Amino acid sequence: MSSFSVSLSPHVRDSASTRRIMLQVCLALLPALAFGVWAFGLYALLVVALSVASAVGTEALVQRCLKRPITISDGSAAVTGLLLGLTLPPEAPWYVPVFGAVFAIFIAKQVFGGLGDNFVNPALAGRAFLLACWPVEMTSYPNPFAVDALTSATPLADAGFAQSAAALQNAYLGLVPGTIGETCKLALLLGAAYLLLRRVIDWRIPVAYLGSLALLSWAFGENGLLAIGLGGAILGAFFMATDYVTSPITPWGKLVYGVGCGLITFAIRTWGAYPEGVTYAILLMNVAAPLIDRGFRPRKYGEVKEHA
Amino acid sequence: MPQLSFRGGIHPLQKTHHGKGLTNQLPIREAEAPKLVAIPLVQHIGAPCAPCVSAGDSVYMGQKIGQVRGYVSAPVHASVSGKVVAVEPRLVAGGATPLCVVIENDFQDRWDPSIAPMDPALLDREALLSRVLEGGIVGMGGATFPAHVKLSPPKDKKIDFLLLNGAECEPYLSADHRVMLERAQGVLQGVAILQRILNASRCIIGVEANKKDAFQALEQAAQGSGVELKLMKVKYPQGSEKQLVQALTGRQVPSGKLPMDAGCVVVNVSSAYAVYEAVALGRPLISRVVSVTGEGVNQPANLQVRIGDSVASLLRQCGGLKEDVERLVSGGPMMGIALLQEDVPVTKGMSGILALRKAQLGPREQTACIRCGRCLSGCPIHLMPFELCNDCERNDWAAAEKHGALDCIECGSCTYVCPAKREITSSIRIAKRQIMAARKK
Repeated sequence: MSSFSVSLSPHVRDSASTRRIMLQVCLALLPALAFGVWAFGLYALLVVALSVASAVGTEALVQRCLKRPITISDGSAAVTGLLLGLTLPPEAPWYVPVFGAVFAIFIAKQVFGGLGDNFVNPALAGRAFLLACWPVEMTSYPNPFAVDALTSATPLADAGFAQSAAALQNAYLGLVPGTIGETCKLALLLGAAYLLLRRVIDWRIPVAYLGSLALLSWAFGENGLLAIGLGGAILGAFFMATDYVTSPITPWGKLVYGVGCGLITFAIRTWGAYPEGVTYAILLMNVAAPLIDRGFRPRKYGEVKEHA
Repeated sequence: MPQLSFRGGIHPLQKTHHGKGLTNQLPIREAEAPKLVAIPLVQHIGAPCAPCVSAGDSVYMGQKIGQVRGYVSAPVHASVSGKVVAVEPRLVAGGATPLCVVIENDFQDRWDPSIAPMDPALLDREALLSRVLEGGIVGMGGATFPAHVKLSPPKDKKIDFLLLNGAECEPYLSADHRVMLERAQGVLQGVAILQRILNASRCIIGVEANKKDAFQALEQAAQGSGVELKLMKVKYPQGSEKQLVQALTGRQVPSGKLPMDAGCVVVNVSSAYAVYEAVALGRPLISRVVSVTGEGVNQPANLQVRIGDSVASLLRQCGGLKEDVERLVSGGPMMGIALLQEDVPVTKGMSGILALRKAQLGPREQTACIRCGRCLSGCPIHLMPFELCNDCERNDWAAAEKHGALDCIECGSCTYVCPAKREITSSIRIAKRQIMAARKK
């Protein structure tokens, strides 16, 4: 007589796992990383690698010290490191990715309880920390494919750039100065399409984010497509604002959150002291996410009157 | 033809086409007559039957051996002719040990002489209903609710819709599929009887789109009868009562109520066939079609099985189990009951025997909830399962109640899709029990 294992139903599970989701996000970011390395040189790869290694290392170290189970194999720390690295200038000194990743994992993630309990996106928190500590290093960008080491500000700070005829084309192809991962919009969109097709991310947040940003910019007399094609809007909308842990989970909540990100990004870009507002827009909306979810709970099946 | 559906739901085991291909092309085959049957006296939701035979009695096939005790109950009949050798507690699927009537088969298949066919057209509503009750018919999709109770709604409930459930949305199972395909005429005759009992203004049969052959067979049989046929999207849990009501009528069953509160009565297609046999032929429910399937079975099959035959004997007739079978399930993989061993009797609600190997169970390594939202978009009741799971982890039953735990239908969709592999459905089950226990105090 054979004996079998028993448990409550369901007896089967989907093949999707946390680790696979994280791997899919990494895969989706590879085209942007590859372009960054091609455009800015091998040092850019070193910056990203330092960021990933520091993130994973910090996670393991902190968990060890706090006697928590070590969960680096879930891939979430690697994703944080990769995302942070891609938002750094190609010539950032070595300590920038290292300290950024340590802050992201230790302060923004592990202090709050680790994966699932952090309330702001760790990579963006790390980036905000770096902007405060090393404002100069964090905002000088070399021109892509430049032989000389000429650095300039982001085109968002350049009033003349938007008027130039080739601006739109250059912005999407990645021929403008910027961080390692944000310049080539086509590479980012390729990765985003993959994530949407594999249903890793939902369309609501990026569409609401980029749609509201484009619409607002257009309403204020700018080119809407250029507004989302410059700076970190596309990287932020598809890869950071969609972070499961720190964004709303309800369908309507996602739309509201996306619009909020778009509004704040536009406000900072237009009236703020910074040329770019994606980081702070998403961080601010992260904080609002739980509140948004509370307001948009789905209506459950059966909340109807009886048929007499 | 447009495919109807509900909001939410999942597509389990999509890569293997829900495992249906193992058996859905195989005609129903008569299982070998068992030497011994052990017929449990409770195979339904409600009060167990009282035995009306004792050891040493000889019984006819179809003779009543368990008499109802109470309104919500269904009688039990001998599935073979022969000699009662014992009336004793035996282990059944789910781990209970109810009284079972054990009969030694004389292989004569002598029907009870009181059994006689009757033309349903000559019977009035009361007579039809009494033949359904005497037939011991229960919901054969797995819920096992006594049919005569379902068919007797209170006078103040107007029934607009009689809905026939041909969704069979559980992966792997194909018993209903084959019944619809091979016994379409009988199903439709059963439907006509149900329709006369209920006097509903509309009657709709809903079939999932992966059973087009069955759909066509029913369509042909239904010609001129006024019975409507609708295709439904292939989605789990399309065959859950509440989701079926929504898909076919656009109505919702009010929270905490029954389909009749939405003006609907839902009957499984195999139950409709059993109604035909009981009313027109006079034959009680003593056998059913069981899909013996899963990657762990050597020769999967759809078997016509006597109630009380043992699961072990069915597996033997299907070439036995593969070496590395990890789990044996009564029913489907999403809502079925795991069996500890194979020596349990087949009951009226057992639509399948499923043998799964380790590879089919899927990954189980747990991580923290990452709030991906898959449980939320999969929930057919539109709950927030991850939140209920968190409530349960804090033992906060009041919060779980507020968040709709009692509305959960335990379909398992959230647990299936969760990438963090959290035991969400099981947590909610515990919460439901705690809430109900607190209410009773």
